Amino acid sequence: MTLTADFLPTASWENLRLRARLLAKVRQFFEARGFLEVETPLLSADTVVDRHLDPFAVPMPKQFSSPALPETMWLQTSPELGMKRLLAAGATAIYQVTRSFRQGESGPLHNPEFTLVEWYRVGDDVNSGMELLSDLCEWLLDRGPAERVSYAEAFESQTGLDPHQATVAELASRARELGITVPASLDAEDRDGWLDLLLAERVQPALGPRRPVIVYDYPASQAALARVRPGKPPVAERFELYVSGIELANGYHELTDPTELRLRNRTNNAWRRKAQKPTLPENSRLLAAMESGLPPATGVALGFDRVAMLAAGAKHLHEVMAFPIDRA
Amino acid sequence: MASYNTSEFRKGLKVQLDGDPYLMIECNFVKPGKGQALYKCKLRNLLRGTVIDRTYKSGDSIEAADVEEIEAQFLYRQQDQFVFMDNKTYEQYELSKELVDEAWKYLKEGMICSMTLFNGNPISVSPPNHVVLKIEYCEPGVRGNTATNVTKPCRMETGAEILCPAFVEMGEYIKVDTRTGEYIERVKE
Repeated sequence: MTLTADFLPTASWENLRLRARLLAKVRQFFEARGFLEVETPLLSADTVVDRHLDPFAVPMPKQFSSPALPETMWLQTSPELGMKRLLAAGATAIYQVTRSFRQGESGPLHNPEFTLVEWYRVGDDVNSGMELLSDLCEWLLDRGPAERVSYAEAFESQTGLDPHQATVAELASRARELGITVPASLDAEDRDGWLDLLLAERVQPALGPRRPVIVYDYPASQAALARVRPGKPPVAERFELYVSGIELANGYHELTDPTELRLRNRTNNAWRRKAQKPTLPENSRLLAAMESGLPPATGVALGFDRVAMLAAGAKHLHEVMAFPIDRA
Repeated sequence: MASYNTSEFRKGLKVQLDGDPYLMIECNFVKPGKGQALYKCKLRNLLRGTVIDRTYKSGDSIEAADVEEIEAQFLYRQQDQFVFMDNKTYEQYELSKELVDEAWKYLKEGMICSMTLFNGNPISVSPPNHVVLKIEYCEPGVRGNTATNVTKPCRMETGAEILCPAFVEMGEYIKVDTRTGEYIERVKE
């Protein structure tokens, strides 16, 4: 019988100290810019209705549940709903460091429970949002300001295809030409699935080998909760930060239109139903907040564990987390 | 038939593809933040030993393979048939030379091996990592030459030929690593 030592942390003390220093630097950065640190619930009646994010459902025990509480509440996949409600209630610049939960995400760059740094500033557009993100990245990782490249440029440089125009047939044959192993279940109707496959296999790994890169102007079909800028083609005002091929942050020029949110929630649930995933509640207090008026703002979520991992020169999140899921 | 969903994917899973049993030897989770999750797997064919790459997206599933490992005692060889017995059930299995593969070199009567069954039929057998074999025949030892890098072929009691240092003698016992087929050391029986 070997004695298991799995009560011990997987991260070294050196990395845990580095983590604490980075956390202090995050707070310093936002304090210096007049952001208010806030806290919003981890357990909420609402959850983001996304195709590819699966929240943990928490059944609420009857004895604690007054009529106002639903039977099921949700561990938040990010604090965005709560923070946007604060914006609607008058906040102008807020940030939060919080745990987030995503079911089924486990690997060198994923842990079902992880730390996000998320912030919002009223009046920011995509440009000022990207500038702030670049400054924070430089302050934490010291790899210079971020270069900027559009999703179309990044995609085309690695695949030779225009992501806004290419047909599914073109995407599929290019994936095979590039030697990518294609999931048998990926079908001809799932255009975003093909874009994601090429992105994950060829585009992302090549992003930001030395200097950080911010990718902006995503396909309108991948807007999530970003607003879509009309044009030819229309693009989602969404941006992501990459360092050494690793996705670190995701930002939106926030959607403020409740009608559009209702439509997206419905479309995403229809997609989930087809993919045999549980549907998620479409009505939320965020909708009420939008109805009452959400001021124009840009918000960004940064994966803090990944930042710590890169700062430590580590290859696996386990090296910078005290107790990852299998030791939790 | 049972199956595994992507959320259950992990190293060591035994699955069935196109009727063949496979062992999942690697499974990497890749996901663009707001995009579709991908599971990039390497699978080893348990019949042929070949390794294939397969990528699955979340929600996919693979059929489970009815594969089990048992402890089997090698009883005897009859021409090209090797007879084993399950140590728990006393059931006997006859394996062809093809199935036994390289393991024949190390099989001595009574040896406990690990046998893999697929749908109840043996598909492979592995001897212990280290076995002791008697040298049945070799050229006479070179006296005084204790270097291990000078080797000569020696025929073992099983009929297998193993490269041994020049100093070993007929009738001596040696320990062999069955995974590499290499001589480890001389031992007293």
